[in-house]
Order: sequence, then structure tokens, then C-alpha cells
Amino acid sequence: MTDKPTETITTEIWRETPEADNPFAAKDCFCAGYNVYDDLLKNASFIDYLFLLFKLEPPNTQQSVLLEGLAIALANPGPRDHSVRAAMSAGVGGSTHPSALIAALSVGAGNLGGAREVFHAVEYWRHCNTSLEAWQQYIKHPPQEGRADVWMPMEHLPGFDPNGVSCPTPVQQTLTYLATVSKTPCLGWLEKNRRQLEALAECPLAFSGIAAAALFDLDFSPEQAEMFYLLIRLPGAAVHALEQEKLGWRKYPFFADGFKLNP
Amino acid sequence: MSVHSKLEKFEDNWHTSMGGWSPEGKAVLRGKDIFTELNDKPWMEYLLYAATGKESPKVSRLIEAIWVICTSFPDPRIWNNRVAALAGTARSTGALAAAGVVAVSEATIYGLKPIKGALDFFLRAQKKIDQGDSLERVVKEELKQFRSVYGYGRPVVNNDERIKPMMEFARSIDCGNGRYVRLAFEIERYLSGTRLKYKMNGGAICAALLADEGITPTDIYHMATYTFTAGAMPCYIDAQQQPEGSFFPLRTSRLNYRGVEEVRHWNS
Repeated sequence: MTDKPTETITTEIWRETPEADNPFAAKDCFCAGYNVYDDLLKNASFIDYLFLLFKLEPPNTQQSVLLEGLAIALANPGPRDHSVRAAMSAGVGGSTHPSALIAALSVGAGNLGGAREVFHAVEYWRHCNTSLEAWQQYIKHPPQEGRADVWMPMEHLPGFDPNGVSCPTPVQQTLTYLATVSKTPCLGWLEKNRRQLEALAECPLAFSGIAAAALFDLDFSPEQAEMFYLLIRLPGAAVHALEQEKLGWRKYPFFADGFKLNP
Repeated sequence: MSVHSKLEKFEDNWHTSMGGWSPEGKAVLRGKDIFTELNDKPWMEYLLYAATGKESPKVSRLIEAIWVICTSFPDPRIWNNRVAALAGTARSTGALAAAGVVAVSEATIYGLKPIKGALDFFLRAQKKIDQGDSLERVVKEELKQFRSVYGYGRPVVNNDERIKPMMEFARSIDCGNGRYVRLAFEIERYLSGTRLKYKMNGGAICAALLADEGITPTDIYHMATYTFTAGAMPCYIDAQQQPEGSFFPLRTSRLNYRGVEEVRHWNS
């Protein structure tokens, strides 16, 4: 025996008591003070539990409705989305199922429509909040990285689609619904000022922009927002990968004629 | 309906000079035929050419030595390797273990960020010194702006046992005498004398050696992405061959709970 203290995992999220016959099995698990299997399992909705995990406090009714709506809006980006295409590429090749989700996460992590864009967009909300003038200034003088990073610099205003033409109907429908049910400041302001921001961005609002505003209204940090966005978009990636796995590579685009190797 | 999207011209239309395969049986990388022009290259030279467009047996050999001496310790306590060991003990697959390891290796306290960051720092620092700035001021400015200097300091221990063997190998192939290696040691001399007592770490010496060979931060990042896999796979294999779940199991008392003490009741 040594006198060295046992190394432990420090956590504010999770507490366990041991089973009497096995110290490696939990008898009771508490999340932020709530008994998970004796209370939350019976009484909480999944989305409320998700909120609790991130924020360590239960959501109020409006927060719950907002997060639920956002989760539905984001759960399946559709089979043309880059992250879902990555998952389907795993599916058609007969890759393992986890690889489909790893692929979706890897691609859906990025600056274009991905979780890193949401991270940056929440930083913009933090800095500009509901001041159009602050947005104007920040867009004119965007934050600069002082040293090299593994992430590439943003090539467009985070939360907006550089390849968009006008704000797509589903984005507008989601913004209107979430702003109405949540009555939170940034979503409401975004709905009123969308066109002005789009004019400044020179491109239309994207789902990543709504997600950032909603998660900022829910007091998610940029890091929490990035994580939430990553995990909440996985259901679509999973089911489309499974579907294409069954159909096989012959029924999936190979772009045989679209690939042009320069001489 | 008129089409306005910027994407229209790219539809089924991807032009590239990077390379590809044709059903007629030709395979090309950066303009070279893989079967006739690249067929006898060692894998590391092929990777160097693929990732950077550079052809240099010397740089390739230097990178290979870096991968062996500096970045492939098979210790499952190191965080990226631990992912491999956990995958093994949880009976996941080797490829999934490797995928996790590669992704996790893009870390801040070790791995890809310091490797890329150190090379970037050396280039910026040398440029400022060439313009008349003092080394001390350059380092102080870096610390003030970022609260750290990539390439200096190390988790767990301060000294880095990799520097000596790495330098010995570098000298054996006529590397290690360039300005960036000198700069790296000068910065160490300065930092180790400050309150921080930072010493140079393995990432810095690798970055400096490669900077002297004309490798850029982007080049080193793309090459180093694969650098940790040879150390990780043994950790996966080892854990996968031992009893399932036996890799550092944790009893419930190993959770040091610091949150809400009282038991709360939902909706109450």
C-alpha cells in the first residue's frame, strides 16, 4: 500500500453509490442531484434530460420547448447534407456502423454548415448580441487568429450560407416557430433583423445561424453549442447510412462522368 | 426557372490536378503515374509527395525518424493511445480505435496543435528577429498574447528525453544545423531561465528540424496527422488480448463528485 492519494475523476455532473456486492457497479446514479433511474427515467423527457446534462439545472417550459423544436429541426439534415453524405459513403461501402457516425461527425464538424460554424456563430452572438451596429462592426472587422490553428479560418459570416441565394423556406419556418414559442431575445431579434443581417453577410441565414442564436438564448457556451449541434444531427446520418447500406453502391452516385483530371 | 446558385457550375463537375484513377487502369498522383513514376518510392516518400508535393528522400527519412523516435511510444496512459486501449478492452475494432486516436491526436497539450503551432511560431519569431526584434521580446509577446508558447513545456514532466536521440539521428543525415534549430535552443535557454522554467519539448525539435528543411506549418500538419498510429495500435492489441474490461477499471468511489449535494426531485 502506498500513501499516494487515489486518482479520481472530478465531476459536477455525475455521482454514484456502489452496489453492496460490487464496487465497480453503481446502485444509484445522480445527475446534478436527480436520481437518474429512480426519478428522471420516470418523470423527465429526453430533451429535458439533455438540457439538464449540459446546464445542470432543469429547463423551464419555454427552454424545453425551444430545445425540443431545435432538436427536431436539426435531427436530419437530409441526404444531400455533407455530413449525411459522409455517413452514406460508409453505408454504401459496407463499412462498420460506427464509422458512418464517425464520418458524419468528422464532416459535420466543419466551418461550412457544421458544428465549428455554430461555435463561431455563438461567439458572434456573445460579442454583438442584439445590436445591429455591433454586428456591422464585427462583420467589417472579424476576429483574427493570431497564430496557426488546426481549424481553417472562416471564409464566410458564421451562421449564413455562402452558397445560398435566398433564405430557404425550412430555415424561415424554423426561425419563425422557435422565435414564437421561445420568446427569447436573440431569436426574436434575429427574426426581425434577418434581412439586414443577410444584407451584411451578403448571403442568407442558415440552420447553423438559428442553432447558434437558440443555443445562445439557452445560455450554452460556444463549446456546449458545438457539442450539442454535433450530436443532435446524428440521427439523420444514422438512418440514411443504414438505408444506403441496404441499397448498395450501384444505386448511389459515383460521379463517374463528373470527375475531370487536369492534364 | 432560372438558376442563380453559385453551385450550379460545380454540379457533376469536379476538376483536379491532385490525381485519381481511371477505369482504363491509370492511376495518377500530382501529375505522376503511380505505376511507372512513383512505383519504387518508399511509402514515406510517397506520403510526403502526396501531402506536400515535395520530393526529398532526406526529408522523408527525417520525418520517418521523427515518427519512430518522437511520436510512437506505445504507452496506453498517453491520452490518444488510451483511446486505442479503451477500444481494445471494450472490444471495438482496430480501425475504429485508429480513427479515434487520429482524431484525438489533434490535441492542445500534445500532438498536432503544438507540432503545427511550434513551426508557425518559429517562422514568425525568426521573421521578427530578422526585422530587428529581440528574442526576449518576441517570446514575451507570444506569452502575453497566448499565455503559452507552442513547443515549450510538457505535461507530467518538464524535460524531454526525445531531443537528444532526435538530434543525434538528425546529425547522422546532415540535418540539425540550421537557423531554426539554433533558434529553438536559444528560446529554450531564455525560457528555462524565466519563472516558467519551460524546456523545449519533442514537438519543438521536430518542428525546428523540419522548418530548416523548408517544411511549412501546413505541410507538417498534413504529414503528422498519421504519426501516432504506430504507437496506438500496440495499445489496442494489448488491451484486446487481455480480459475484456480489464484496462484500468474504475470503482464508483473513483468519482470525485463536486456538484449539488442534496438529492433533488424532478418537477417538485
